[in-house]
Formats: sequence, structure tokens, C-alpha cells
Amino acid sequence: MKDMTRLAMATLLSSTMLTGIAVAQDNVPEGVTLADDQTFTYRVLDEHSSVDPQIVEDVTGSEIVRDLFEGLMNQNADGELVPGVATGYEVSDDNLTYTFTLREDAKWSNGDPVTAQDFVYAWRRAADPETASPYQWFMGLTSVANVDDVISGDMAPEELGVRAVDDTTFEVTLSEPLPYFPQMTTHATLFPAPQSVIEEHGADWTDPENIVSNGAYVLTEHLPNERSTRERNEMYWDNENTVIDRTVALVINDENVALTRYLAGELDRTEVPAGQFPRLKEEYPEEAISFPRLCNYYYTFNLTDGGPEAFQDVNVRKALAYAVDRDIITERVMAGGQPPAYHFTPAATAGFEAPDLEWMNMSQDERDHAALDMLAEAGYGPDNPLEFEMVYNTSEAHEKVAVALSQMWKQKLGVDVTLANMEWKVFLEERGNQNFDLARGAWCGDYNEASTFLDLLDSESGYNDGKYSNEEVDQLLADAKTAENPNELYAQVEQILFDEMPVIPVYHYAGVYMLDSDVGNWPVDNVEQNWYSKDLYKVAE
Amino acid sequence: MISYIIRRLLIAIPTILILIVASFFLIHFAPGGPFTSERPLPPQVLANIEARYGLDQPLWKQLWDYLTNIVLHFDFGPSFKFKDRDVNDIIAQGFPISLTYGSLAFIAASVVGIVLGVVAAIRHNSWIDYAAVSMGIGAQALPNFIMGPILILVFTLWLGWLPGGGWNGGQWQYLIMPVIALSTSYMGNIARLTRSSMLEVLNSNFIRTARAKGLPTRSVIWRHAMKPMLLPVVSYLGPVFVYVLTGSVFVDLYFSTGGLGQAYVGSALSRDYAVLLGVTILYGSLTVVVNLITDLAYAWFDPKIRY
Repeated sequence: MKDMTRLAMATLLSSTMLTGIAVAQDNVPEGVTLADDQTFTYRVLDEHSSVDPQIVEDVTGSEIVRDLFEGLMNQNADGELVPGVATGYEVSDDNLTYTFTLREDAKWSNGDPVTAQDFVYAWRRAADPETASPYQWFMGLTSVANVDDVISGDMAPEELGVRAVDDTTFEVTLSEPLPYFPQMTTHATLFPAPQSVIEEHGADWTDPENIVSNGAYVLTEHLPNERSTRERNEMYWDNENTVIDRTVALVINDENVALTRYLAGELDRTEVPAGQFPRLKEEYPEEAISFPRLCNYYYTFNLTDGGPEAFQDVNVRKALAYAVDRDIITERVMAGGQPPAYHFTPAATAGFEAPDLEWMNMSQDERDHAALDMLAEAGYGPDNPLEFEMVYNTSEAHEKVAVALSQMWKQKLGVDVTLANMEWKVFLEERGNQNFDLARGAWCGDYNEASTFLDLLDSESGYNDGKYSNEEVDQLLADAKTAENPNELYAQVEQILFDEMPVIPVYHYAGVYMLDSDVGNWPVDNVEQNWYSKDLYKVAE
Repeated sequence: MISYIIRRLLIAIPTILILIVASFFLIHFAPGGPFTSERPLPPQVLANIEARYGLDQPLWKQLWDYLTNIVLHFDFGPSFKFKDRDVNDIIAQGFPISLTYGSLAFIAASVVGIVLGVVAAIRHNSWIDYAAVSMGIGAQALPNFIMGPILILVFTLWLGWLPGGGWNGGQWQYLIMPVIALSTSYMGNIARLTRSSMLEVLNSNFIRTARAKGLPTRSVIWRHAMKPMLLPVVSYLGPVFVYVLTGSVFVDLYFSTGGLGQAYVGSALSRDYAVLLGVTILYGSLTVVVNLITDLAYAWFDPKIRY
């Protein structure tokens, strides 16, 4: 029996003790008076792509799906695993078989029980070529037995390594051990799906009038590009501990308009546009919040033969990285509490401890001098200035950062940089085909573990657009998959990345929000920002 | 007249066909595709998706299937991005919204613009003229992407009179700002155009003759000057009507109206081929019809024109 089951039992015990108390809402602290109107309204940038758990691929859609459906495991406010439909799980000694025990009182919104069969159906559906889900790559990542053959159509979906032992026992067989497998079950792709409803309504099953879901909420309204509303699911097993009655997502593309509407009281949460945080923090200290997120922002060198010859020289790469004054980028340009980045993996990543890298202990002045020396050593200087082009996708914030970077290089090192911005899809294509010198990159973790970032620099990674290749890194990353303490290996990888500098880390993201002070329990410590409406509450003003 | 209309409609068919084919190839040749994403999909996953949407077929076959589906089933295909909906759904939901606030903006712009222009011309070089001209120029200098945020700031944040966005089934409070934002710059154009056209007509020989006959000013303007004055204005109004529907992307963006303009621009950026083509066809057909109506209106305004 592994840790998780013990944790699950502890949580169960504590909630058993709470039942019987008049208002058994275990996420509302004592002494808090709840507001009469428990409606949470937030802004989303774009219309969601889908609310079908196996199809959804965007953040906006995933937030809705997390409220409508419930997977085997959930995350708590700190991002730790807590029981969802499953009360716990056991792992076999070879770490290949996971047996989840499902709670008996879990129900669909139409009153049907949620059974292991619903998970079997959903997981097969996610891998089925017929479903053509863009998140089949995520299914591939789970290492469930036969998943690649099912996706390629070489095996029937029924051959997938999942099994309903009985109604409340769901068994998963993996093809290789995967330490973070349980964490993956909090992702929408692995949520259950109502087979009978999908078969009855086909593609229209997600319409508000048809949809049946098993989470704390049901979808009651969807006005594309305007808003969507989800309301309390009376059938949800933990309904009595759910406080928020209604969650409304308003689509507002322009972040400044969203901010105006927030200030007019139409919204409980919105994002702060780049550069505006200091002003808002001063005016609304209770409402302007910033916290680290699981994303990085960097520039990648083109290390192929098609890239500039200068970038083959590690001294050039390091000189450019050293000359970046990250404090100016984070404090003056972004100004939203973003942590400056001296390594690839965000410090907020669970379990990750950055090695003590040389440049972290230097002042910017020392780094600038070192940069000049390294560039001179590479043979570039006033007589032979370094020239290259840097590309980024069109966006006001990216442009500000790119301008700042190019000015730093110009003033400190005499480097001539040409800036070029491209529309998103063109940018992806050009970068993917190595048609660049230096290109912007950014990544948000798919799960809370350093490999979600470091794997990007594996020689075989599809996202390694600079084509950095180091056998030692590849080996360390491969070993980490099954290592007892992978974080030691990740620290070694970071050391190598510092020595070779295939990318220039710039900053790590922060969640920068205006959040109404009457919203309780917003999970600022959940670096993935996997939030659940059922855990929030609104205080009477 | 009837045969003229039929002839024009018949010509419209090849016109729209050319439009479809040209747009189809243009969008397919644009770099990146609907499923180009930050994380490149594994080849097998991409193959599954392309098979699902028929993108694995040769281009001519895709075009042929697309056209036959439209002709036989009036089916414009699935959206590649919004996987819960198809193009027919998206147009059915967005077009009535665009049409509602677009028509209202068109009416507001024409009525106010023409009245301003006529008054300014009749009271040429008076303070009324100067006020009307400055209003016209002011309105023209405020395109909808500037008007939008200003209106929200004033009426939602400062005064608190109107909701900052949304559609709510077309309730009047939600209509006011989109209509104002969309109509102002056209209003200014129409006012200027009307004023100069009216001035020209008022200086022409037949008006002098009418005045010489001793007709009262009111009758000179209403019976003799109005129709010829409107001719250049009408030729401008035709395209404006299509513009207020297609140019509504900023209104959709700032006021979250859920109209078609945003879906259109969004589909171009996300390479959602089917949505982009569907809306292009809709706008193309609309342009053809509106042009025909404009041409027919000429005949009513100007007796010299006969079909």
C-alpha cells in the first residue's frame, strides 16, 4: 500500500468526522459569513474549444471540464492529489498495475451511478483513432499498455490496458513504470464519459440540453463568444460541501476591456495586462495578486547547420545569456511579480531544486563583464560585430521583451539584432522548420514535475526547435523516468544546460490577477492553476 | 427589369464559385494548418485527425467534396477548432447578432449622417454648418476600435449606466454601445458626402430655375434637390451596409456580442478552413445581393438610368 491510499484514508476520516455538523462545508473557515449570492464570474480570453473531456485541448475548456466532470483524483489548493471519484489506489510491486477503488455514492447528473465501466469507456474513447482527439498524445504519455497500437489503429480500443474488475474497481496496466502516473488522472482526457448519452446524441451530446456529467456542476447555458454558465449538480456525491451555486465564464478578448469591466464590478476575476500590476497593487492592494506559475519564457538558439555559425560557439551563447538583465525584464517590462529565470525549470515545480549555478551568485555588473570577455574570446567585438535576427510571435508583451533584450545586447555588447514578429501559425511553422536564428519559446507544464520542461530539450523532443542534442542529457532524462530520486538527475541536467546554454532562460511566469476580495479559497499555491469552483466560496460583504 | 435581375443573379453564381475556389486555395497555402500547435502532434495522432476531417485527401478532392456537400446538403462542414459545433451552427448563432446591431448601426449612420449633411448644406457657412462639419469630422476620426474602449470606460465604469458587454438576447441596454461604436465613423462620412453633394445640386441650373419660378425653399429641396443629391450617397451606402456586418470584428471583440465578425477573423488566425470559407461565402453572397439592390435603387433615384 503506497502513500496515496494512506492520504486518501486520512482525508476520508477527517470528512467523516465533519459530517453531522450543521454546515459541514470543510473548505470554509469558521466565522466566515457566506454571501447570499454564490455566483462566481470570471473572464476568459477566448471561446473554449470543447467541453468534451476526451476532446478538449485548451486551458479555458479544461477549466470548465474540471467543474463538469470528475476524474479518479483531484488536486487540492496546494496542487497535491486528493481523492476524486476514486477513494484511493494501490500499486503492484512492479509499479505496473494500478488498482483504483471508486466511491459507491458517485453519480452522474441523471442519477446513474459512476462505475469503473465509465472510465474504461472514456479511456478507450480517448485512444480510439475514430475519436481523433488532439490529446491522444497525452494518452500516449500515460504509458497504458498497448496505447500506441490502439492510437495507430493496429489494435482495437478494447485491447487498451484498462479493466473494470467490478463496478467500483478500475484497474490500469502500464507498459513501463511511470512515477507521476497518478498525477495524470487529474487531467480532463482521463475523466469518465457517459456512454449512453454520447451514443444517443453524437456530436451534440455536449449541448446544455443534452449533457450529463459527474462533477460538482452541470452546464446550463452556452452562448458562444459571449458566456457559458455551469450550475450546481444536485447529484454530486459531495454536493453538501459545495458552496458556489453558479460559475459564469465571460468571453472578453481584450484584456483592458476586461479590466474595466472588472473595476465596474461585473467580474470576480480577470488577468492584469503586462506592466499595469504596480499601479493596480497600489490602488487595490487587497485585489491585485501575483503568484508563481508553472511556465517558463526563453529564447532558443538555432543550433542546426542552417543557423548562424556564431551560435555554435558556446561563448557566444553564454555571452548573450549573461548580458540579459532579468531584473529589468521582470520589474520594469512585465512588472507582474514574475521570477527572473536563471535555469530552465521554474523554481515552483514540485520537488525540483535548482543546482547552485555560477551566474546566480554574480551581480549583473559582473555578468556583463563576463559577457564581454566571452564574446571577445569568440572573436566578436567592435571591429567584427555579431549580427543575427530574433523572432517572436506577434503580441504587445513579447515585443516589449524582445525590444528590451535587443537593446541590452546592443548597448552592452555592441551586437546588432534585427527584430521580426510573425503571426502565431506562421511563427510555429518557421520555428518548427528551423528557419530562424534566435526564437522565442515558452512552455507551461503538463504536470507538476521537472521532466515536463526538461524533456523539451531531449534530442528526440518534437518541441526542441533549436535541435539541441546532448547524449548525456538524453541519458539522464531517460534514467529519471524510473529513478528513485529523479530530482537529483534533473539538477544535473540543469547544470549541463548552464554549461552549454542552448536556450536563454528569461523569466518564469506569474499568475497576475485582479481577484475580488470576497472570493475565498482561490488556490494561489496551485502552480498549475488547476482550480475547482466547488472549493471556492464567496464571503458576505 | 425582371430579366435584368435574373441575369445579374445568374452572373452571381460563377462569381461566388470563383470566390470559393480562390479563398480555398489561399487559405490552404497559408503557412501552418488548423492542427499546427505549439506541441507538434505525434505523426499518428495527426494522421487520425486529418483522416477525420478529410485533410489527408488531395486538395482537388477536398474542394470537390466541400462543394458537393454545400450543393447537395447545404452543409458547410465541421469547425476544426470548436469541435462541439459545425459551420452551420456558428453562422446560425453569430449572423443574426451581427445583422441586428449592424442594421441598427446602418440606420443610425444613414439617418443622422444625411440629416447633418443636408442641414449643413442648406445653412452653408453658418454656425450650424461649422458645427455639423466638425461633428462629422470628429465622428470620422473615431473608428470603432477607439470608440469601443472609450464608451465602456465612460458608460460602464464612470457612469455605471450600461453593461460593459455581452448580448443577452439583444436586450436594448446591450445594443446601445455596439451600435454607437459601429456607426460613428460611417455617420461622419455620410454627413460629409451628403453636404458636398447637396451643395453641388443646390448650385446647379435646374435648382436656380426652380427658385426663379418662385417655388418655396422647402419644396425646392424636397421635390427637386433630394433625389439627385442622394445618388452619390446611395452608391456609398451599399458597400457600407456590407462593411458594417463584416467590419464588426472590433465590436465583437470589445463588447463580447458573439457576432460573426470575431468568428471570421478568429477562423483566419486559427486556420479553421471550413469556418473561414463558410463566412466568406456568406459575405460574398451578401455583397452580390446588396450591389444588385444598390443598382436597382439608382434607377429610382435617377430617371436617366434604365435597365
